[in-house]
Amino acid sequence: MPKDTIHITVTDREGEKHQLEAPTDMNLNLMEVLKSYELPVEGTCGGMALCASCHCYIKSEHELSTPSEDEEDMLDQAFFVEDNSRLSCQLRITEDKDGLEVELAPVS
Amino acid sequence: MVLGVYLSANSMIKTDIIIIGAGPCGLFTVFEAGLLKLKCHLVDVLPQAGGQLTEIYPKKPIYDIPGYPSILAGDLVTNLMEQIKPFNPGFTLGEKASSIEKTGDKEYTLTTDKGTVIQAPVIAIAGGLGVFTPRKPPLEGLENFEDKGVDYMVKDPEKYRDKTLLIAGGGDSALDWTIELSAIAKKITLIHRRTSFRGALDSVDKVMELAQVGKIDLITEAQAIGVAGADHLDTVQIKQKERGELDIPVDYFIPLFGLTPKLGPIADWGLNVNRSAIEVDTRDYSTGVEGIYAIGDINTYPGKLKLILCGFHEGTIMVQSAFKYIYPDQKLSFKYTTVTGIEGIS
Repeated sequence: MPKDTIHITVTDREGEKHQLEAPTDMNLNLMEVLKSYELPVEGTCGGMALCASCHCYIKSEHELSTPSEDEEDMLDQAFFVEDNSRLSCQLRITEDKDGLEVELAPVS
Repeated sequence: MVLGVYLSANSMIKTDIIIIGAGPCGLFTVFEAGLLKLKCHLVDVLPQAGGQLTEIYPKKPIYDIPGYPSILAGDLVTNLMEQIKPFNPGFTLGEKASSIEKTGDKEYTLTTDKGTVIQAPVIAIAGGLGVFTPRKPPLEGLENFEDKGVDYMVKDPEKYRDKTLLIAGGGDSALDWTIELSAIAKKITLIHRRTSFRGALDSVDKVMELAQVGKIDLITEAQAIGVAGADHLDTVQIKQKERGELDIPVDYFIPLFGLTPKLGPIADWGLNVNRSAIEVDTRDYSTGVEGIYAIGDINTYPGKLKLILCGFHEGTIMVQSAFKYIYPDQKLSFKYTTVTGIEGIS
């Protein structure tokens, strides 16, 4: 049976860990979930991969889709970009992301 | 409360409503104010009207503008500009609204960072997500060199004639300025995080060509990691994937990483700010400070939706209240544009 809720661990900028639950049937992206938990993510552009204000690092070994050209372009405007950098608005909440571990990137 | 001497040094603009922010909501408010014969003057930090629509997503289609199954953000701005043209609004673009002061009964004085002074009985803050400001690379000591070798935008290209420049970034502005300044600068180094660029294709080709013929030094897979100098910047340290850390001697370092909105001076104007938004009364979108309203993405209230169409509504309701505030003794008769047109009004 497909899972309708997944669990995500988020490390905030103070190093504190938060356990999040996210529904898979609401067409959410990770940025929206982070905001709904009132974690300090701006998501200025609303999820169009146009502002880089939801930049995070993927800490777990999940195999995620490769970033689109739009996402890479936007990461060019972020700082502290690492190989595991992603824009959380471009990560859909799907069953295969259960157990995902994420760290919020620093803000400049 | 004291105007001081700066007024005499600058020409002053007088209007009925100062609109801070020339995004879609601010622009449409000019129309609705115009129907009531109220004049507007818009102030925006960006050099062009349109706010986020022009700056962030001009080529994105918007699907929830009533009457338009789909319209590109840039086209919506063009249409709004056309729609408000009959009302002849004033524009102060490329300047940040720095301070507002109550300078008299029903009189506010707004001063921009460039010293432009505008007076009006009413201020409508349509500031969206705030003031668009350049993204600054998080390099230690960078701010010490601002205006001393570090520029986040190119204002006067002549400044860079016969100088040694390091430009960082991979978008259109980094590419375009590299091309333009390569004609006058002594030497330009362009650094970028990846090997591919997101700028317009012909700009990318041109930059590659300049690099091939040795007109510029292109270093990809590199980012700036430090700045150094005495009074003036003289070196930028960069880190390249294979070559490691390099010192680049420069006269100027121009990091071009786009703009990002920050709430800015609005936070200091004594309004009720809740999580970067101004609390308003939904009866007229007033802020609780007499004569000051907030409309569009910058405001908040129970049930708020950050939508352009909601901003249009808010501006429409707001100008009715502004009219009654400015002219408490005048009767306001509501007219449909289908009945009166806009010719006689403007």
